[in-house]
Amino acid sequence: MGTILEVRDLVKKYNSKIAVDRISFDIQEGEIFSLLGPNGAGKTTTISILSTLIAPTEGYAAVLGYSVTKQPMEVKRLIGVVPQEIALYDDMSALENLNFWGEMYGLTGKALKNRVSEVLEQIELTDRAKERVKTYSGGMKRRVNIGVGLLNKPRLLFMDEPTVGIDPQSRRAILDSVKKLNKSGMTILYTTHYMEEAQELSDRVGVIDHGKLIALGTQSELTAQVGEMDTLILHVGENEDPEHLAQGLRTVQGVLQANPSDHEVALVTPSAEEVLAPVVSRANELGIKIHSVDIREPNLEAVFLHLTGRALRD
Amino acid sequence: MNLRKFFLIALKDLRLILRDKTGLVFMLLAPFALTLGMGALTGRFSGSPQLGISQIPVVIVIQDSGELGQVLVDVFTSEELKELILANLRSDPSEARALVDRDEAAAAIIVPDGFSTSIFSAESAAQVVPVEFYANPTRPTSTGIARSILESFLNEVEIGRVSSKVIVSQLLASGAIQPEQAAAVGAEVSQEVVGNAPSNSSIQLVTGAAETNNIKFDVLAYMAPGMAMLFLMYTITLGGRSLLVESRTGTLARMLISPTNAGYILGGKGFGIFLTAVTQLAIVIGGTSLLFRLQWGDGLGVTLLILAAAFGASGWGILMAALLKTPGQVAITGSAIALLFGILGGSFFDISLLPKWVRSLSMLTPNSWANEGFRILSMGGRLGAIHTHLTVLVLMGAVLYGVGTVMLSRRGLVGK
Repeated sequence: MGTILEVRDLVKKYNSKIAVDRISFDIQEGEIFSLLGPNGAGKTTTISILSTLIAPTEGYAAVLGYSVTKQPMEVKRLIGVVPQEIALYDDMSALENLNFWGEMYGLTGKALKNRVSEVLEQIELTDRAKERVKTYSGGMKRRVNIGVGLLNKPRLLFMDEPTVGIDPQSRRAILDSVKKLNKSGMTILYTTHYMEEAQELSDRVGVIDHGKLIALGTQSELTAQVGEMDTLILHVGENEDPEHLAQGLRTVQGVLQANPSDHEVALVTPSAEEVLAPVVSRANELGIKIHSVDIREPNLEAVFLHLTGRALRD
Repeated sequence: MNLRKFFLIALKDLRLILRDKTGLVFMLLAPFALTLGMGALTGRFSGSPQLGISQIPVVIVIQDSGELGQVLVDVFTSEELKELILANLRSDPSEARALVDRDEAAAAIIVPDGFSTSIFSAESAAQVVPVEFYANPTRPTSTGIARSILESFLNEVEIGRVSSKVIVSQLLASGAIQPEQAAAVGAEVSQEVVGNAPSNSSIQLVTGAAETNNIKFDVLAYMAPGMAMLFLMYTITLGGRSLLVESRTGTLARMLISPTNAGYILGGKGFGIFLTAVTQLAIVIGGTSLLFRLQWGDGLGVTLLILAAAFGASGWGILMAALLKTPGQVAITGSAIALLFGILGGSFFDISLLPKWVRSLSMLTPNSWANEGFRILSMGGRLGAIHTHLTVLVLMGAVLYGVGTVMLSRRGLVGK
């Protein structure tokens, strides 16, 4: 399998603000590559550059050897894009939307009709294809949004947070469809801030934060960076101050990191069992009541925490 | 293939606007309803002129010893206008103005001596002795109607003047007459213009212009273009707004990601606004013709004016989308501009009563040119009488589309 996407030292600046900061990675044909990072990390800007929508300030990117800046039309014919927002016409039906976007990709006549039928079956909306999009649920709209990205049978599909704002059932369906698309041979660049999605789907993951690619590799390669560390999540009451608790716990022996967020504090430690008792005792001294404790094996969340000192949801 | 997408985008926009129920009310129902209301107010439908605008008192002073002065009187006292205009012939201009000042007349028309002679001998329109129109500012609608009839008459006379010059030049060039005969032939042709004499093939150009005795006036046709243009500006606001809505919802970005040239995408959006505007004007004009038997005039002239007016107006839609940032801003600003242009463009009253600087400002509005063009046509004017209006509207559209497109590209809404 060859390289389908090549990204080298990509930079995007908006005046003095750096949205993408010299990132480099490759994607091999047939893999699912996830860009994992919190909101505002630079994921959508990266996708926008790679899909030729905006020009990079510096750097180079190419799809199957075609430069995104110098040969955008060739790149556009090879890629499909599923944007984060529902980019559809609400007052048109799914069928009308797919027909319109199909024609925008150069499909006409019988080829268009056949492809739209295939996509409608793929997104399981054949029976409701003639209803206006505005009458659909959030999950159904997301499926049509994905369907539009598939119309031109892309070699490389960019999916920008396709599960944002939908119910768990629809989310499950979308994750399954991503796997199915990949099994059919499609290469996928998937962006998300949900660690579980990246873990479930990806062959390789790039962790992005503040525009920088801070880690890159398979899941096992990344978790190895954290070593044998455990993550201990302490849940506190609504009236408690997690910042105050985190500060107090940083002095406990065996606690390497203590990161507060909404109603919880995440601890990184070589042994969760050994630090649990002194941690609870210290919380009592501080007058903070711990409601519950989760112990997590090393995962991508822990990797992000380890690399940035912050939880993914921050 | 890109051209196909250009039309695809435009037709998609037209389809979406026609599916917008609120938009449809403003686009189609409101102009019909207002036209219907005006028809009722003016007595147009009742057949009883007493209920509406009728017997507009107009004082006419003819100091001209030539034939055209009498033709003007014939027009204002013609059978077609007798219910609408109450012509009062006087000999003293001061007395005529005094009648207007005392609000006993809506307007005074003073044709100075030498008017006919200047028409037949002038090398250019600027050399023609001007007719004075003295308006009563307290009767804007009546004044506007009287002015429209006078302007229509003067347009026909001007066409006749130019036509007779052309005929004499052609006869000279072909050797049919000698230079020393030119003045006599010109006068003869001019006599035929004034007298509406039966034409032969050599003076075909004259016959159309010689219909000055047949000027018809329909109060509704005078007011309906104003309403059509008022709501047209609302429609183009919807079009300009759709560009920003697409930018916001991500569909514009999706189009740009497809293998389509950015210029064709913006062109398609602009053409969509134009297409919607043309559709609205065509439906309003066609509908009022069928439902209210409104005579809009020369078919070719009306068609070209619809296209030019839609183009000129939709240029404003593109400019609004380029200057403003959000769909909400376009909606609010667009409504204000539609109203302002309606006022400046003469949709509500005769703008000749307003100060000169306001009249100059009104020339920036597509409403002003289109309203006047439609009124000329509805009163029997031909295509030649509105060529300036067509040119200005097309130029206005071209300039606004150009400026808007450059601004949108620089802003990054389209392209990179």
